[in-house]
Amino acid sequence: MSKTSLERGLNILREQIDSPTAAFFSSCVHCGLCAQACLFYTETCNPAYIPIRKLEPMRRLWEQEYTLTGKLKKLLGLSRPITHEELEQWQELVYNSCSLCGRCSLVCPAGLDLTYMIRKFREGMAASGHAPEGLIGATTRAVELGSPMGVTLKALEAQAKHVKADSGLDIPFDVEGAEYLVLLSSMEIINYPEYLQAVARIFHQAKKTWTISSEAFEATNSGIQIGVSDIAAELVQRVVDAAEKLRVKTVISPECGHAYTAIRWEGPNLIGRPFGFRVRHILEVLDELREQGLLQVEGVEDARMTFHDPCQLVRRGGVIEAPRNLIRMVARNFVEMKDHGKMNWCCGAGGGVSANEDAAEIRLKAFKRKKKQLERLQVDGLVTACANCRIQIEEGLEENDMDMPVIGLTEMLASHLKDEEAREGGAT
Amino acid sequence: MNKERTLGEILRQQGVSRRGFLKFCATTASLMALPPGMVPTIARALENARRPSVIWLSFQECTGCTESLTRSHAPTIEGLIFDAISLDYHHTLQAAAGSAAEQARESAMKENFGNYLLVVDGSIPLANAGFSTIAGTSNLEILKEVAKGAAAIIAVGTCAAYGGLPHAKPNPTGAVPVSAIISDKPIVNVPGCPPIPVVISGVLTHFLTFGRLPDLDHLGRPLAFYGNNIHDRCYRRPFYERGQFAESFDDEGARKGWCLYKLGCKGPVTYNACATTKWNNGTSFPIESGHGCLGCSEPDFWDMGGFYRALSEPIGLSARTVAGGAIGGAALGAASGLLNRKKKAEALARHEKIGVDELKDGETK
Amino acid sequence: MNSAEFLLWVRGSGLQIALWIFLFGMLIRLLEIFLLGRKKNLAELRASGTAAGLRTMISRSLPPGGNIIHRPRFTFVAGYAFHIGLFVVIFFLTPHIQVIESLTGLAWPALPTPVVDIFTVISLVAMLALLWHRLASRLLNFLSNGGDYLAWTLTFMPLLTGYMAYHHLWFPYTGLLAAHILSVELLLILFPFTKLTHTFTIFIARWYNGMMAGEKGVQS
Repeated sequence: MSKTSLERGLNILREQIDSPTAAFFSSCVHCGLCAQACLFYTETCNPAYIPIRKLEPMRRLWEQEYTLTGKLKKLLGLSRPITHEELEQWQELVYNSCSLCGRCSLVCPAGLDLTYMIRKFREGMAASGHAPEGLIGATTRAVELGSPMGVTLKALEAQAKHVKADSGLDIPFDVEGAEYLVLLSSMEIINYPEYLQAVARIFHQAKKTWTISSEAFEATNSGIQIGVSDIAAELVQRVVDAAEKLRVKTVISPECGHAYTAIRWEGPNLIGRPFGFRVRHILEVLDELREQGLLQVEGVEDARMTFHDPCQLVRRGGVIEAPRNLIRMVARNFVEMKDHGKMNWCCGAGGGVSANEDAAEIRLKAFKRKKKQLERLQVDGLVTACANCRIQIEEGLEENDMDMPVIGLTEMLASHLKDEEAREGGAT
Repeated sequence: MNKERTLGEILRQQGVSRRGFLKFCATTASLMALPPGMVPTIARALENARRPSVIWLSFQECTGCTESLTRSHAPTIEGLIFDAISLDYHHTLQAAAGSAAEQARESAMKENFGNYLLVVDGSIPLANAGFSTIAGTSNLEILKEVAKGAAAIIAVGTCAAYGGLPHAKPNPTGAVPVSAIISDKPIVNVPGCPPIPVVISGVLTHFLTFGRLPDLDHLGRPLAFYGNNIHDRCYRRPFYERGQFAESFDDEGARKGWCLYKLGCKGPVTYNACATTKWNNGTSFPIESGHGCLGCSEPDFWDMGGFYRALSEPIGLSARTVAGGAIGGAALGAASGLLNRKKKAEALARHEKIGVDELKDGETK
Repeated sequence: MNSAEFLLWVRGSGLQIALWIFLFGMLIRLLEIFLLGRKKNLAELRASGTAAGLRTMISRSLPPGGNIIHRPRFTFVAGYAFHIGLFVVIFFLTPHIQVIESLTGLAWPALPTPVVDIFTVISLVAMLALLWHRLASRLLNFLSNGGDYLAWTLTFMPLLTGYMAYHHLWFPYTGLLAAHILSVELLLILFPFTKLTHTFTIFIARWYNGMMAGEKGVQS
């Protein structure tokens, strides 16, 4: 078995560098605007965190390997080769201080998609042995146990029993021919089991068939966060196999941002073929149900609420209007943060940052951005649609002595369901 | 004519009034940018000046300069000044011919050695001494010989000053200006094709008044006459600023007297007194007649990319050579791009699947 | 070589060499970009990326919407002033249009010279301000390298010499005009090998960015 090595990392980067990468690197004018869009920079003012600079070793490799001028420069000794030491130094910049939130990509006047490149750069970093321990651990658990947090089927089944006890609804496992295959994130199973019940109740009201696969219930994909496409493809393949085996029409990604982009946008590209089924985020599905009149709610919240857009859902995923349509069904005093929708600010924990112990400190520094947004807005509660964002926000609020309920949107809708069969009437 | 008489006596004899003479002195002073207080000094100096001996050598030239200076529409005071010098040798104007003419030159040189003025018009061929000779002697030899005893040299016309038309590409005679041959004498260039007559008399006046040549610019021209840019002094300048240009010589713009920049006017790079002094007794100058400035008082004006081509336009650019760059770039770019593709394909072929075992067992871990 | 011969050279051979290298270098750079290739997106698209890509090519030149960026106002104001100024100067001064027309046959109406002059001053001032900012800002200072200052100089010199030539500052016009054209030639020669390539490549970059985002249903 071969080990990770510098040459292996460089070789992967050679595979990864493509026309967009070359166009991006050719276009940077060092204007520094990406820094102003990056919460890791704005909350620390550390120039090392300028997004484009996080790509410097990869830029040099592109120049040295894929441009005539760069080859000439290298020949004349004007451009340093990439070393282990350098990549070691860059680990912090590529993993700890980047949540792949994509805000820089949207702001860059030259049009560089920096996030696209950091994603590629992580492939080289991981293959050269420079991935953070925390992410290696999560990835190992994901491959070996089926969940980055080590959540087993047994744990899920236990939660299913709780749902049954609470709501009287069965959680269907491995039902062939169901319309929807519901995926879950480990974080939801452990931290927010309410989600599972909410889904069960909503589908029950809508009279839709759905199922969970006992072979592939995990939605998150550590392979993408760490930057190993081989592993990411393996994890995607598990879901694809399950969906095809159960012949579902739609696979539903749960309230988790990167799990959505992983399966929805990267999935088919990772396994190298289009899917035979649809992939939708739970909010997209709920919005479809709303449009079809299958989502009946009652009661409206009076509290002043705002919505935190998970980056992978909006900016990197394109789910922009659905959450707003849904919140407005049940919240009268819904207000937007100044930067919202595709221009939202990241919570600070996405892109593998939360699984990376080395990033614990900077992650909470980065949260200051969200804190300022919330302070300015003076809201009573925050709604979001990503368990990872939710954990980070709850932790950040606690750290900063702020008291504010944080709730998942699916859960909030379920609590307003017009459902006579439900034991606890959700309406407030 | 008696050489002992002063300039003042000669002028009076020719019927020039005191008033007219002072007016000339004042005009000359102002043209040369001298303070008004200098007018009496000029007048006194000119009145008392002895007629200087002038030897005029014509080499590869067209006689246009001489024509310009002598054939004024009406007799002028500057013309009279010209008459008043002792022109001891000038092919075109002297009565003597053949060996008598050459003798006149030699005796003038001998009599006034070290004091005579040498005026040259025309360029000197270096490619072959036989290309231009006078009485069997090459231009180069005569110039060197006559220059020896000259107090100063005035290179009249663009040919003598900068090589002019004979120097134009491909310069078959190897024509060079006076300054390319003589380096140990003060030389003043009075370029123009032809130069404005008053410039010659102005230089002479300065020489007679102050006993030295006037201040010169970086091209050896008297600053007083060549210090101004035609474009800056042009009465059509406002049209340039407004962006109103004649596009052809018979369009509306041309009739309205708009700027001739697009028709190749070289005013912006030309330094001369035309726009202020004008020609033909102050009647007009070329731009006023509807034709762009040719830039005739500038070096290489004949080769400035064509008279009817705008100054900023590229010269002699062949699409072929430029296209060569494009084709070369495309070929090399394609080759490099294909090599890159090959490299990328090889990297893909070398790809070994990465699993968690590799991650856990890294080289640096 | 006197200034007239110098002018002659820069208008002829000099320009020829500069254009040759410019085209040669730029074609290499562009082909190297395009030939690297990219994988086809196999995901179920929300929309075709074409319209979004085309839109992003333009939209990133427009001022960002009200709530996008609050802080780097200076970069935006100076950046716009410099680029707009440069654009007007390059494309709306009669002598420049004459050059373009003689090379390509394309021509359009010019702006009055004093107007172009004002834009030159705006560009010059904005460039000086941007240089100062690059040197003074900790962020930009950290990010900058020799290439940034080289590109600045290459861009600043034609503006400065052009301004000096127009106003006949300090040196005779002939020499200044030649120096101006030479500075443009230096710009053209080094263009493909500096970050100046962004003039062309940003449109490719924006296209990819906009198209990839557009396929996901995000207008970037």
